[in-house]
Amino acid sequence: MSFYHTYERMKDFDFKIYWDGLGDADIQRALSKTTINEMDYLTLLSPRASNYLEKIAQKAHRLTIQHFGRTMQLFTPMYLSNFCSNHCVYCSFSARHNYMRKKLTLEQVDVEAKYIAATGLKHILILTGESPKHSPVSYIEDCVKVLKRHFDSISIEIYPMEMEDYNRLVDAGVDGLTVFQEVYNEETYQPLHPRGPKKNYRFRLDTPERGCRAGMRNVNIGALLGLENWRQEAFFTGLHADYLQDNYLDTEISVSIPRIRPNVGGFTPKYDVQDRHLVQVILALRLFMPRCGITLSTRESPDLRDNLVQLGITKMSAGVSTEVGGHTEDSSGTGQFEISDQRSVPEIKEMLLGKGYQPVCKNWEPLDGAAGW
Amino acid sequence: MKITVNGEQRNLDQKVSLHEFLEQNKINLNVVVVEHNYHILDREKWKDIALKDGDNLEILQFVGGG
Amino acid sequence: MTDKLKIGEQEITNRFFTGTGKHSNDSIIPQLVHESGIEVVTVALRRVDLTSPEENILHHIPKGCILLPNTSGARNAEEAVRIARLARACGCGDWIKIEVIRDNKYLLPDNYETAKAAEMLVKEGFVVLPYVSPDLMVAKDLENAGVAAVMPLGAPIGTNRGLQTKEMVRILIDEINLPIIVDAGIGRPSEAAEAMEMGAAAVLANTAVATALDPVNMAKAFSMAVDAGRRAYLSGLGPIKTEAEASSPLTGFLS
Repeated sequence: MSFYHTYERMKDFDFKIYWDGLGDADIQRALSKTTINEMDYLTLLSPRASNYLEKIAQKAHRLTIQHFGRTMQLFTPMYLSNFCSNHCVYCSFSARHNYMRKKLTLEQVDVEAKYIAATGLKHILILTGESPKHSPVSYIEDCVKVLKRHFDSISIEIYPMEMEDYNRLVDAGVDGLTVFQEVYNEETYQPLHPRGPKKNYRFRLDTPERGCRAGMRNVNIGALLGLENWRQEAFFTGLHADYLQDNYLDTEISVSIPRIRPNVGGFTPKYDVQDRHLVQVILALRLFMPRCGITLSTRESPDLRDNLVQLGITKMSAGVSTEVGGHTEDSSGTGQFEISDQRSVPEIKEMLLGKGYQPVCKNWEPLDGAAGW
Repeated sequence: MKITVNGEQRNLDQKVSLHEFLEQNKINLNVVVVEHNYHILDREKWKDIALKDGDNLEILQFVGGG
Repeated sequence: MTDKLKIGEQEITNRFFTGTGKHSNDSIIPQLVHESGIEVVTVALRRVDLTSPEENILHHIPKGCILLPNTSGARNAEEAVRIARLARACGCGDWIKIEVIRDNKYLLPDNYETAKAAEMLVKEGFVVLPYVSPDLMVAKDLENAGVAAVMPLGAPIGTNRGLQTKEMVRILIDEINLPIIVDAGIGRPSEAAEAMEMGAAAVLANTAVATALDPVNMAKAFSMAVDAGRRAYLSGLGPIKTEAEASSPLTGFLS
């Protein structure tokens, strides 16, 4: 079993012909259905469907409230290490760039964790570059043990691992896995990831599934929009999420919708993903998977984030630094990407309350003894 | 000879045309439709059809319905 | 108001269609039709009783009415086709309401056999109005087959229970590019108006009129209700959507 078979089934599909053949009635039909299939989802991602954004938005808004209420799960990322052996051409952490590499000691992790926890956030996402040498599984495990003292939910966004490593981390108290395929188009993928372990498309593609099998409560996937035709990439992301949800009913599947941001190295994305495009992706996904989580990062501007709250987003980061130790150390280091929404956690909470949404800092805590009681 | 009319057996003493048969039975010729051996017959042909042994007739008309 | 319903080659003004069954006395039908300006009237086809030839219903149907014979009694597509051909041979036009019923408990239509009959009869040049349980896929197949209208039931025949299938009928109105005529189960004028407000093209009711204490007045009440519902629909109720138009746009920030 692998999502790759689904990808293979659709990779040679002529998207242009399909989209060109759509009439208004097709959009309306997709919009009027209670549940939509993958072709309806593709229809909602079409250029023609962009004329119906407001109608789709109203429905997405309704569905989101129906399934999630007026709530927003808040979390913040915490960068543990930026050592990386990959050469992703669009990323500041790429091994090609010369800058101060940094890795937190467990003491620094504790200081940083205390600082973040003081804001009230109880869900954290820890990140590293891809360097099993500098941040091996044992290091992640040790960091998780420290973090358990401060947080109720710990997700990881690190390098793809084998199942047994995920099992170890789940045992240590990790309950979420975030891994982005970045690009679903296999041909485009290769030149963007010329060197390093990330070169292996298939291994990365099957990573979320290994996470599901290892018992992660939440698995979050995504494509970095702008690297390839965003409509097609969003389509494959949705298919992937749907595949995971169908096969792992007990895992909560979420999707992130990152757009490529300015970064060290000045990479210019091939496709310009505008705000309305991003909105269309979020809306189509919400109609396709009414129960799926949609995660929004601080790559986006405060204004845009405020407006996206009502369109289908269920999780937002807040009070973010993408630098290693960025919350408490000197911030002279390099972040993974430039953040656009610099607002503090209280400011984000205030914004949500102003819109009639409840900020959720703590969604659950494990009762399985893993908390070390 | 024996013919079947609307599902019931009827005995005919003499040779008659379909048209004559309908008249003898006081059927309003203007409002019925006749199926002769499972073929719908135009009313112009009623005089040309001589009923013969074993024929099957359906004589139908419109009634109240929803 | 020059709002005509076009079915086949005919243009119809009065969107209330009525049946001629169950009347205690057929002789009131002419008055009933005249006073309400009813244009479309349904009839059935039956064997003539040779022992006591009864009066023919056609005597009571005023000239100028469009006759819509049904295929009631048909239990499958073949029988429906046979009845349709016989009905056409009566020389009262080529409209046919396909009605295929195998279920004597609820009298629900057999959509599958109905669709088969519809396909054959369209090819033979009939103006086909199939009576169906509201099912989007069947309605789409019927549309592709070339029927003139689709007639979903509001409730089982003769129950007077109203528009029980509202949600399904709404979907047909939204998705099918043909007149949708709500047929069967409508018991009150208000229910007929409700169907018309949703965007139904016409309403057909028989039992509710024929079994009223005063059928002539009841036909008039239905006729007026259908007209009122139609006017409401045309006056900007618009097609009923499953979601309200929000007063404040969610995507205004994009422009």
